[in-house]
Amino acid sequence: MSRRGDQAVKLAAEIAVPIAIVAAWQLWAVNRDDPKFPPPSTILAKFQDMWLFSEFGTHVVPSLERIAIGFGIAVLAGIVIGIPLGLSRPARLWTMPHIEYWRAMPPPALLPISIILLHSIGNLQKVSFIAFFCLFPVLLNTIDGVRGIDPTFLETARSYGLGRLERIRRVVLPAAFPQIVAGMRNSLSLAVIMMVLSEYFSSTSGVGYVLLISKNTFDFGPMWAAILLIGVLGYLLNALFSIVERELLAWHRGWRAVSGG
Amino acid sequence: MLETKGIAKIYGTGPKATHALEDVSFTVTDGEFVCVVGPSGCGKTTLLKCIAGLMRPTRGEVLLRGKSVVEPPEELALVFQDYSRSLMPWSTVRNNVLLPLRHKRLSTAERKALVAESLGSVGLTRFIDHYPWQLSGGMQQRVAIARALAYQPAILLMDEPFASVDAQTRGDLEDLVLRVREQYGITILFVTHDIDESVYLADRVVVLTHSPTTVKEIVGVSLPRPRDQIATKELADFINLRGHVYRLIRRELTPVTSVDAVPNSGTPV
Repeated sequence: MSRRGDQAVKLAAEIAVPIAIVAAWQLWAVNRDDPKFPPPSTILAKFQDMWLFSEFGTHVVPSLERIAIGFGIAVLAGIVIGIPLGLSRPARLWTMPHIEYWRAMPPPALLPISIILLHSIGNLQKVSFIAFFCLFPVLLNTIDGVRGIDPTFLETARSYGLGRLERIRRVVLPAAFPQIVAGMRNSLSLAVIMMVLSEYFSSTSGVGYVLLISKNTFDFGPMWAAILLIGVLGYLLNALFSIVERELLAWHRGWRAVSGG
Repeated sequence: MLETKGIAKIYGTGPKATHALEDVSFTVTDGEFVCVVGPSGCGKTTLLKCIAGLMRPTRGEVLLRGKSVVEPPEELALVFQDYSRSLMPWSTVRNNVLLPLRHKRLSTAERKALVAESLGSVGLTRFIDHYPWQLSGGMQQRVAIARALAYQPAILLMDEPFASVDAQTRGDLEDLVLRVREQYGITILFVTHDIDESVYLADRVVVLTHSPTTVKEIVGVSLPRPRDQIATKELADFINLRGHVYRLIRRELTPVTSVDAVPNSGTPV
């Protein structure tokens, strides 16, 4: 009963509220005729015109590519570096201050130097920038997840003669996986932010670049269409991630429900 | 087959050092069922971890077929007390039993047969595709036993395996262990704090003192086999042996030394 109530509220929040806001905006903007606030009907027409699909290949695909590669590198690196750090206290003592330092660095502070050091305003710089800042949530969650593994799991594996790599593959990785996934979720939304930021700073393609050009030319239609697209992209990526997570971590929900964790 | 020679385990150094084990020596011969009992906090788990090669003793050594144990030997399988932390919750029953077989040199068919046979002998064939946490506590411990059996060890170590199941299930599991022992012809070293259980199961009972721990007495149990939860426990011999072991342990409960805080299991992780 209350579960169905929750579903109804969620559906209303997801669909009814945006429709109401857009409708109100439409009524308000139509009579105003302010170029900074075009009515949603104009924005949607622009959205359809640009993204479905005449400029999809020139701007959306490059942005998605950068997110995918940057995020992928960050996840791989975060897990590969995080596991040994989670397992070894001395390694953590040596590296944690440095990790904490770079994690605290505001991303825009590194944008100019990334262009100069990499001699690039193209994919190399964008992907590196995204990967660097997406690394930290995965890395820190991997370290934490590995540290939190119940020692009995590892002793069991050791008593049955599993070697170090086999223990990492069969025990450490799956045991820490729920927390690694939590880090990946944070990284994914960071990836969208870093994509927009780096493209907006200097680029020749991408949805962030569309924002930049439309600002410079006071062209508010494409700007709103780009804003709408970025919002939808972020929302869809997160939704997609939730579906994958639900599949991969089905055991974890069941186990937690039983063990009351 | 298995011999512990003067095992000592001391945590820390100087005046703050905790002597978990002082000097523990006993042997387990081929095919024997040996139980280790002792007052709580006497370092039973520490002793078992030393024997299993998970921990190095401070002094003394463990010999398995004459060879010193320095890392977990392949002839030995360990069943932990806490099944919920020893069965992998992300793996099904099948994959949990397969876990120690993956790195053994076996064909896929042999692995499959070992899994099927061991799960069959603990009566869990139907639950092969369940996750462990979908099963009751007693069933989970049976999965852990099946996993140990599939590993085909010469000796099975059990660390208070039935401490966290109810009395009825406990009796059933004790009989299950006796049955698979016949079926697999396996040597068992069984640690427990339950005196009835130790006398019911064992050929010999090793009684430990409180910490710093030594062997108080080794009690031979010549009760007839097969044993029966009701008939065996009604035998005068059973009652006498039980009383004897009980007295040995109760005398331990009034310590003569001024140890005021005995560490629980003395096992840092």
